Formats: sequence, structure tokens, C-alpha cells
Amino acid sequence: MGLLSSIKKGMGGEEQQMPPTSPPAQTEEARREERATPDRIRVGHVHLCGCTGCVVALTDIYQGLFKVLDDYVDWVYGTTIADVRRIPEMDVALVEGAVCLQDHEQIQDLRTTRLQSKLVVAIGSCACTGNILRFSRGGQVNQPQHESFAPISDLVDVDVHIPTCAPTPQQIRNTIVMAYLLLKGTDDQKALAGRWLKPMMDLARTPFYQKASFNTLMQEVINQGLCMGCGTCAASCPVRAISMEFGKPNGTRDLCINCGACYAQCPRSFFDHDLMEQHESIMELIQGAMAPK
Amino acid sequence: MVLTLGNYRQVLAARTTDKEILKNAQDGGIVTALFAYALENDIIDGAIVAGPGQLPWQGMPMVAMNRQELLAAQKTKYNISPNMKLLKEATRSFGLEKVGFVGVPCMLQGLRKAQVYPIAMRDVPDKIALVLGIFCMEVFPYQSMVQLVEDHTNQKLESVSKMEIGKGKFTVCTERCAVTAIPLKVTHKYEQPGCHVCLDYVANLSDISSGSVGTPDGWSTVFVRTKKGEAVWNGAVAEGWFETQPIEQVKPGLDLVTKLATEKITKNKKTLEERAALGVGKGLRNPYLST
Repeated sequence: MGLLSSIKKGMGGEEQQMPPTSPPAQTEEARREERATPDRIRVGHVHLCGCTGCVVALTDIYQGLFKVLDDYVDWVYGTTIADVRRIPEMDVALVEGAVCLQDHEQIQDLRTTRLQSKLVVAIGSCACTGNILRFSRGGQVNQPQHESFAPISDLVDVDVHIPTCAPTPQQIRNTIVMAYLLLKGTDDQKALAGRWLKPMMDLARTPFYQKASFNTLMQEVINQGLCMGCGTCAASCPVRAISMEFGKPNGTRDLCINCGACYAQCPRSFFDHDLMEQHESIMELIQGAMAPK
Repeated sequence: MVLTLGNYRQVLAARTTDKEILKNAQDGGIVTALFAYALENDIIDGAIVAGPGQLPWQGMPMVAMNRQELLAAQKTKYNISPNMKLLKEATRSFGLEKVGFVGVPCMLQGLRKAQVYPIAMRDVPDKIALVLGIFCMEVFPYQSMVQLVEDHTNQKLESVSKMEIGKGKFTVCTERCAVTAIPLKVTHKYEQPGCHVCLDYVANLSDISSGSVGTPDGWSTVFVRTKKGEAVWNGAVAEGWFETQPIEQVKPGLDLVTKLATEKITKNKKTLEERAALGVGKGLRNPYLST
């Protein structure tokens, strides 16, 4: 899909050089999954070390999921909800979970995903920042030697982040709608969707964000003199580790699971005035795109 | 590009006709009256407001579910009340399906970001029903209030009945009607530093925003900004909740609002530039993708 690579160029991302791959042998199973879907983008869900909460969040779009599967997305891979065994070529690969460095099959899956996908989207904090798996020390049945878990950006380039534990259905919905508008929308819609996606692509390329925790909010917002005590971080924290003391955030770092929600949601991490001035029409656009036929 | 006065559909001078609200109002009682109207007409189930904290004049976010609680939260506190903290909680513990929210421009930046990028705001973006904004030049940390009121105006904070910033002065009135004013020049160094990078004065991202600047005492300047805001505003005016005047017919009028907004934005843009070049070949982060 030439559009996607031109978008990545336009967004400042490096175009992935696709190595010449011989087409996979067509088994009966692979042929049956193949359908003619010219208008939809090929999306798959690759499951590494995650709790399945992210893909459950995707299904929590409820009726919207039917709209997505009918009109926007051809679901080509996803061991949880689609019966395909081999990772196919994809336009967008949603990767859930951190990668276990002792699991060679998993590393191979991640490598294959990167090589065969136009866009790799880290969905959920395990894939984006390592999340709670950062605290794993191994020792569990039945693979006690599985002890080091890294965000996927440690091994492959990631194009878009959808952080938080678990990611919200609304953020996944907005990402899908924006990705679709980028591909199929009018010129104005393409420009809008590009602006919307840019910060999420920037997060994926920001080294400090790949290791995000409350400390990131502290170092990049509070210590930089940018915090104005709005309380967004406290509302964002999935483990209620942040309280507001005399109008400023205080993080209980023993509770922090390194999900990066507070930094990503903070209005002083990134904020696009031009985009936000259009908040009303953006919300109408998203609701319109998700409205049932 | 940052818009000086934001997008708006109407701008006018207004004050509420509700005597009980007006009696205790900071200016025209716009926010309290709009929420009271919205609660009565089932536009919102409750509103996140800056209520009283444990210490005198401390702002503390609360979810007001009825008229009494709205009245208890009246008046400007001038110190940080992290209202966004309750946004998700309001849809959870309080079970609100239609949330009202009032905040200063920076909070509304957080709120609109939570709608457009609901990264960690599950099931929140579609439940925000009415967003009111307050004009804001800067706020103070609570300890600054203590310093300003107790050191500079020599009043006990608990005996203060109203604080006001206007006409170049920070004015404190006590229950016994003693009025003390200090020039704003004195207050500047006590401001919250995070305010100095804010590029919004008149709450551009609200549905309806209001503030005292531009209108005579006891009145408020009101910007009606969104379709949702306009429906609510027109409904409230039709029901007789507000008396209004065209903004062109009041003094000092919209020119003063524009002047102050321009001053704030110009000054803070300069601060952003200075921050970026604070070190030697290095500087501090600019959070904005467009300014």
C-alpha cells in the first residue's frame, strides 16, 4: 500500500525497507482467509507477553467494532479472535505485550511482524513502555527462566504508541478512525488525521517515553516548571498512585506500574493548539465515522 | 496559531436574575446559574467545581450534585484546585452520565485533550455534557495566598469574605467590610510558574466562558463558543435565567478583553522562547506543537 509509506514519509518517519520475501506457500488455510477487500486496511493483532486486556479493550468499542470490521478493517491475524496461524503481511500490526527475551519464538514473531508490516502500533503499555512486566524477575511455572521483558521498541522500530494499561476503547476507536481518514478521507481530513497521529508517532520515537513512569512526568513536566496543577495525571493513573497535594501531583512510586499514562495524558506533555481549537468538529467527525449505517 | 479570543458564536454582557445566586456571586453568577439551570433541565447529572477545601479559601475539587452544593462552591478562589482530578471519578464513584465541568483555560486544555486523545480516560470523552470556562491570567499556590493575604494585606485568611483581581489591584474584603488592596506588581512573584507558559486567557476551549473583564461591576462578559454551549445558553436565556446587554453597549467592552488576552499570550510566548534558550546551547522543553 503506497499510501501508508507516503504517510510515514510525510510524518517524518523512516520508510521501512522491505526485504525481498518469497511469498509464503499457499496452504488451504491461508487461501480460505483471503478475501477481496480493496477498501479496507489489513490489520492484525500480535500477542506477546500481555494479559489480553488490550484486545479486550478493542472489543469494548461494542457496536462500533462491527462498523470497524465491516467498513474499515480486514482482520487478517489475531490468535485471540481470528483463526490464522502464520503472521501475514499487514498494513497495520497491533502488537500487545512486552517481548520476553528468553522466548526465541516470540522474538521471531516480533521480527516477522516488523518485517511484514507497514506500520507497527504498540498497543498498551507493556508494548510501549514495559509496564508492570518491568518488575518481573522470572521463576514462574512452567518457564521459570523467562525473566526479562522489554518494550518492543528495544528490539524493533515502533511507529505509533497507544499507551496505558489497559488502553481505552475510545483511544483505540479514535486511532482507527484517524488512520482510516488518513487513507480514505478528503485532503482536509487527511491533514487533520496526520496532525492527530503525529504526537502518538512522536511518543513511539521518544527514548525517555519508552521507559515512562511517574518519573517521566516528574522530570519532563514538573521539574521543567510546566505543571500548573490541573489534576489530569491523577485522573489518568490506573493504579491511583498520584494524589494532588496543595495542587501539585505527588506520585507514590511504589504503586507506579510504569504505564506512562500520566505523562501521555498531561496537557503539558504535548498539546497542539490548532488541532484542539477544532475539538468540536473532531468529536463530530469521530462520532459520524462510527455511526451505524 | 493561538487564537486571542478563541472561536465563538456570541459574546455579550450578562448577569443572572437569580437573586440567591447573585447575592454571593463573584461577578454575574454565570457559572453557578448555568449549572443550576443545567441540573434542573437534566442537561447534566452533576458538575465538577472548585469547592471549599479544609483550609480557609483553599480550592478543592468537588462534584456538586444539587443547588446547595453549587452555592457552597461560589466565588473565585485564586489558588490551585485540580478539578481534572475528579473527571474520571465523576463517571465512576459518582455515576454521572452527563458531566458538567468548570475550569480555567489550562484545565480545559487537559479536558479537551482527554476527549480528543482519551489515552487514559476510558468512557469519559462521550460523557462530558457542559464545559464552562473562566478567564484566567494566572493562579497562585495556596501558600502564596497565605503570604499575600496574611503578610501583604495583614488580614487573617479565615476572616476574608471576598478576593478580587481587577483594575490593577488584588483586593481583599473581610467579613467586617475592611477592604485592603495591593498592586498586582507585588503579587506577580507569587504566581504559579506553570501559568507562565499558558497561551489562553478567555478559556478558548470551553462551551461557554465568562469573566469580569470587559463589563461593569456585577456583570460578566460571556463567550458562547460551541453548538452545545449555544443550545444551553439560548435555553437558559429563554427561561429567564439571565439578563443580557450587547457587549458593544457596555464599558469597558471587548477591547479590554482583547488587550489583556494579547498581553498574556505575548508575554507567555516570550517566556517560552526564553525557556528554550535558558542554558548554553540548551534549554527547557516547549510543550506545544503549534503556538
